[in-house]
Amino acid sequence: MGIELNGKSYETDEEGYLLNLAEWNEEVAGYLAQQEGVNMTEQHWEVINFLRDYYNEFQIAPAVRVLTKAIGKKLGPEKGNSQYLYELFPYGPAKQACKIAGLPKPTGCV
Amino acid sequence: MLHIINKSPYDRPAFDSALKTGEGAILLIEDGVYAAARGGATEAKISAAQGKFKFYALTQDLEARGIADRVIDGVTTVDYGGFVDLVAEYKTCQSWL
Amino acid sequence: MTTKQFMFVNRKAPYGTIYAWESLEVVLIAAAFEQDVSMAFLDDGVFQLKKGHQTKGIEVKAFEKTFGALEDYDVTKIYVDQESLTERGLTTDDLALPVEVFSRAELGKLMEAQDVVLSF
Repeated sequence: MGIELNGKSYETDEEGYLLNLAEWNEEVAGYLAQQEGVNMTEQHWEVINFLRDYYNEFQIAPAVRVLTKAIGKKLGPEKGNSQYLYELFPYGPAKQACKIAGLPKPTGCV
Repeated sequence: MLHIINKSPYDRPAFDSALKTGEGAILLIEDGVYAAARGGATEAKISAAQGKFKFYALTQDLEARGIADRVIDGVTTVDYGGFVDLVAEYKTCQSWL
Repeated sequence: MTTKQFMFVNRKAPYGTIYAWESLEVVLIAAAFEQDVSMAFLDDGVFQLKKGHQTKGIEVKAFEKTFGALEDYDVTKIYVDQESLTERGLTTDDLALPVEVFSRAELGKLMEAQDVVLSF
């Protein structure tokens, strides 16, 4: 499976997650967000960039509980809570945001 | 003969068993490279077998396991190209399962 | 959810087989479900904790990095077998994580105290 976008193609798995992390760019992120029905704002990008940094550092996509805690530590308690994150990504912050960030599905996410 | 060992000497007897064959060359790859790390139980065995065996270990596997900076004297490190050269150099080679 | 005490016993060297990575993934899953998780490293498992893995040459993930996430998952009980370290010429200074070192007999007691023990 895959995505065709402005002459570039991106391979995805059967759930629509990018197979190659290195192919990710803001354009494909925008497309994935649209598919998820997410309207990307600055707050959304902040979480996406946080997730990408987390993945670079630890090589895993964090579970939602861990994501919440880690965001709280880095971006402040008003953002490090599940209500805030679910408002941004209503179908599950870890799952949806990871997809848009081009990461694999979080470990422990079924 | 070139003996290729890919199992940890602490987990499987392949390394010890190959040493008992008498003489030749031993190429350590994958988890086999742990035999080439200083300070462990294999150091004395490698010293004792100098003269009978030549020892080689694959650089990439040493690096992956964080032991490239503690290779025992008497073990020569080789890259993938060196691996191929060794296989070509010896008339027979055996990969120990 | 009821919390159980899980111990993951790691006895395999990294990279040569998939066991080490699989174990770490299950550890993270169990921890994500807020279970009381500990990890024990014995025999060749202690090699997983060796610092300085450079895995570019063999083209696999260096999960030494992922060990760094254990704290975020509240996994802080990392036990190591003294005898296994000594036999392999390692000391705690060589390890990528802060650990508690035990004798094999002490580890046996810790295993005894668990609800679930999973061996990798």
